[in-house]
Amino acid sequence: MAFFEGNMMTGGYGDGPDIISSCTITANRGEIVAILGPNGAGKSTAMKAMLGLLKLKSGIVSIDGEDISELSPQERVKKGISFVPQSRNVFAELTVKENLEVGAFLRTDGISKVIEEIYDLFPILREKKDQIVGQLSGGQRQQVALGRALMIKPSVLMLDEPTAGVSPIVMDELFQHIVQVKKTDVAIIMVEQNAKQALSISDRGYVLVTGQNKFKGSGKELLNDPEVRRSFLGA
Amino acid sequence: MDFINALLLLLNYTVLPALTYGSQLALGAIFVTLIYGVLRFANFATGDMMSFGTMFAVLLTYYFQSKGINFGFLPTALLTIPFATLIMIFYMLLIDKTVFSYYRIKKSPPVQFAMVSVGVMFVTQAIIRIIIGTSDRRFLDGEKFIIKATEFKEMTGLNEGLTIKSTQVITIFITIIVVSIIFWFLNKTKTGTSMRAYSDNEDLALLSGIDPKKVVLITWIIAGILATIGGILYGLDKSYRPFVYFNNMLPIFAAAIVGGIGKPFGAFLGGYVIAFAEIFLTYAYKKFFSYLLPVNLMPDSMMQILSTDYKFAISFSILVLVLLFRPLGIFEGKRL
Repeated sequence: MAFFEGNMMTGGYGDGPDIISSCTITANRGEIVAILGPNGAGKSTAMKAMLGLLKLKSGIVSIDGEDISELSPQERVKKGISFVPQSRNVFAELTVKENLEVGAFLRTDGISKVIEEIYDLFPILREKKDQIVGQLSGGQRQQVALGRALMIKPSVLMLDEPTAGVSPIVMDELFQHIVQVKKTDVAIIMVEQNAKQALSISDRGYVLVTGQNKFKGSGKELLNDPEVRRSFLGA
Repeated sequence: MDFINALLLLLNYTVLPALTYGSQLALGAIFVTLIYGVLRFANFATGDMMSFGTMFAVLLTYYFQSKGINFGFLPTALLTIPFATLIMIFYMLLIDKTVFSYYRIKKSPPVQFAMVSVGVMFVTQAIIRIIIGTSDRRFLDGEKFIIKATEFKEMTGLNEGLTIKSTQVITIFITIIVVSIIFWFLNKTKTGTSMRAYSDNEDLALLSGIDPKKVVLITWIIAGILATIGGILYGLDKSYRPFVYFNNMLPIFAAAIVGGIGKPFGAFLGGYVIAFAEIFLTYAYKKFFSYLLPVNLMPDSMMQILSTDYKFAISFSILVLVLLFRPLGIFEGKRL
């Protein structure tokens, strides 16, 4: 049994049709798992289901063997599951430091040590700690977003398209940061459009089509799978 | 000498009154902007909520006076601030629980919220009429002047006297204290930061574990403090007439929008922008020029740009101009 699991998840938004059906995604600590697939495949929905932003009709979400299917997103955050949304993922009117402080809102112990760790991970944030996040570049904002999510010292980090809208150079840099985060023994699940680059840093990957698991395997296997290459990697 | 006289005249009739009136507007404008930023609606009951809090200060002042309690040379009303504020906060929380929370849970659009607040405004007005009526009341006691014009003239030998009313000093002094505490709270405390985070990005604030109920509660408590103190200071300086508070909503909203709605420090500065604009544009400058110009150049007219009857037209024009040309406020892009 994996550390963090979404098992046979079925559900959609409100009373609408099911977006995902019998979809299974698992991740272990110290592992990067990529969720790939065409537009409308239910990638983000699967992630939101694991976070509790969407009510499942059936299926179980568990962390460390504990069933958390009925918990609200806030309660899941307390269990150590952190989420970086695709858009509006920073507090644009607050400073870098304040963003990190809000990220640690649930922590009761001293946070200055954790903030230092985040600054070590993303040195640019230390330099810009008193700047308003709205004035930072796209890549720097994404680092703030990652930093905010890491402030609770999560065991699971979920990223919804972390490289959307950033330049290729910044994208490489962000992926390097994500690899560094993984080394701190965090389970990382990310939804990505840049499939090739995402798979190259991922330990495992899932390809979803119409809300169902279509392919799964290690990053290398998927990269080399002729059918996956043809349909999703454009080569 | 004439130059000093002219400056004194301006200080006496424009700068001091504008600083006082601006402080009163600023407190109301921060109230409007906080409710807008955190609860996301334009609260049309603002003026009457300020009136509601002031009403209790008036009643308690009468009660204290009847018991022989006073505050020495300071107005008795200042002693009533804690009690009136508590009643005000209780009333706001009651309204929130019975009215606004229903629409918040339903995630109603802001326009619906604003309409609901109009309903709250009518109810609040009615309650005020039932309890205290509509008449004009003065509840200022204690020392009325700090410096009187005649004393000042004797002291300095100048033509022009300087009058400093105690309410002017009290207003400016209390505003500085209240506003400093609120900005310290918003910017330096964990709860204050969580309020700003909630106002900036509600979804992400929830994902960070911020409790929306607590944010709403604290917002109403701060709003209650601002409404009561702002209302009492205005009532002490002018007089307590319930309907006037409703009228004051126009300059208060103008101040909040000039400062960029949702930005407390902008609202604070906006209060002074509106107050100075209203007073500078409606002051009759004839006497001012009589000190500065030679006799043969003396103007015949009052040298008044607008009659004081058009005071509200100035707020309204500023409101419209700002919405047309700088809809995010005149301090747009600056860090406040």
